[in-house]
Amino acid sequence: MKVLVAIKRVVDYNVKIRVKADQTGVDLANVKMSMNPFDEIGVEEAIRLKEKGVVTEIVAVSVGPKETQETIRTALAMGADRGILVNTGSQDVEPLTVAKILSAIAKAEGPQLVILGKQAIDDDCNQTGQMLAQLLGWPQGTFASKVVVEGDKAEVTREVDGGLQTVRLTLPAIVTTDLRLNEPRYASLPNIMKAKKKSIDEKTPADFGVDAAPRLKVLKVSEPAKRKGGTKVKSVQELVEKLKNEAGVI
Amino acid sequence: MAVLLIAEHDNKSLKDSTSKAMTAAIALGGPVDILVAGHSVRSVADSAAKIAGASKVLLADDPQYAHQLAENMAALILELSGKYDAILTPASPSGKNYMPRVAAALDVAQISEIVSVDAADTFTRPVYAGNAMQQVQVPSGTKRVITVRPTAFKAAELNGTAAIETIGAAKGPGTSEFVREELSKSERPELAGARVVVSGGRGMQSGENFHLLEKVADRLKAAVGASRAAVDAGFVPNDYQVGQTGKIVAPELYIAVGISGAIQHLAGMKDSKVIVAINKDEEAPIFQVADYGLVADLFKAVPELDEELKKQGY
Repeated sequence: MKVLVAIKRVVDYNVKIRVKADQTGVDLANVKMSMNPFDEIGVEEAIRLKEKGVVTEIVAVSVGPKETQETIRTALAMGADRGILVNTGSQDVEPLTVAKILSAIAKAEGPQLVILGKQAIDDDCNQTGQMLAQLLGWPQGTFASKVVVEGDKAEVTREVDGGLQTVRLTLPAIVTTDLRLNEPRYASLPNIMKAKKKSIDEKTPADFGVDAAPRLKVLKVSEPAKRKGGTKVKSVQELVEKLKNEAGVI
Repeated sequence: MAVLLIAEHDNKSLKDSTSKAMTAAIALGGPVDILVAGHSVRSVADSAAKIAGASKVLLADDPQYAHQLAENMAALILELSGKYDAILTPASPSGKNYMPRVAAALDVAQISEIVSVDAADTFTRPVYAGNAMQQVQVPSGTKRVITVRPTAFKAAELNGTAAIETIGAAKGPGTSEFVREELSKSERPELAGARVVVSGGRGMQSGENFHLLEKVADRLKAAVGASRAAVDAGFVPNDYQVGQTGKIVAPELYIAVGISGAIQHLAGMKDSKVIVAINKDEEAPIFQVADYGLVADLFKAVPELDEELKKQGY
């Protein structure tokens, strides 16, 4: 069976971002960009399913600017078979737009499983997988910490409040990844070289009849209220005394 | 503006997050109906009816809602959606699971994890793990589909007397089924709603050492949390995780032990009223947000803290 993995190019996990002085957004000039960490987990899961013989082909799809090619190459170097880039230029795209594009691609490609990260670490929306599931009329296993495919079903163990919930989905289905699903591999040098020969199809939202214009108007992006560090205490006794008498929280 | 608020519950009791999200719902300025969908949830509906500001409670009591499966929840909410201008739910794992399906079916953008209602069409939400705040406006005439970060809102009063109206179940797609649930049993309060949280990081060195924190937590009737580093190291389960990718907490008192204070962790706890940091590295970034910092070896300081609290009658 075929699997689609959706990946997003985002500001690298370790970068401390800066809000632009004119409050129009976050400064992305000369900032290191990487694959969204949850999506890396998605790519890894697809590869593991292929190694188990469940999956025969992995297609890595990304919606974003031209530079997103690099992110798709990373997925190909990890082990995806081919890529599709839907080039949106400098336009910011919302999860609904991405879900519509992925839905059109899923209809054309006919995968049994689409794996996505549970959220992107830039907009923190946590929407795309669920939206895609609804648009396709498919079931979903979000925040997955374990995925077992058997016949035409997938058993997905999900991270929920207070523990784990397991659901059984009739394929085709959507899975979104949580942190504990797996630990993504690093691409080896030979695989990075090999990935250069793998194909990446380039498309635009218009190819799928999707209007990529955002629905929400961003009025401003600002710095969060800063928290000031307080005082250092010298001993546990002083700490308890302060918590009791100064802060009044115990 | 007619508003529908979907209640969060575990079929036994209503979660506080519902009355907190109610405050956001009221700020939109409309009559607010509360939907309680679950199985054998009459008592949950009774609790929801007490939330001040509710016009009525819609009760959908059916086995298919027992586990809040996203496919079935979305089908039900969509059936009700026609009458409402805004649909809200707490940004819990459950709400996050079904709500985007509702937004997609209505062809609107969802506004995730709002922390303030600035106007009936304007909301603020954190992005980049809370390192930036984004203010967004919904185009006029479109439905608002919103998840609410409960810790950012005060709970509505519980002196209401809304009527309860029983409604039928919607036809679910039948493509998903519940298999099992493994919930950690704990006598301690839940992380998300606890008044005091004691969290451990990589500095704890092992899962067994978390019992040091548990002793302190039990004296303060606190929940126990952890940083992602501690979860990744396998010390504690993932549902302990406080941070951008885990739980967002804002207790009265947050005690961070052996936690360096990575931005991903701070994103999950920086709205706590009082933060205490215990760490042997005085350069640790956690001290920049802590109200009270103690530079000490946690393996000495935590037992001492336990002893001191005991001495003072906690």
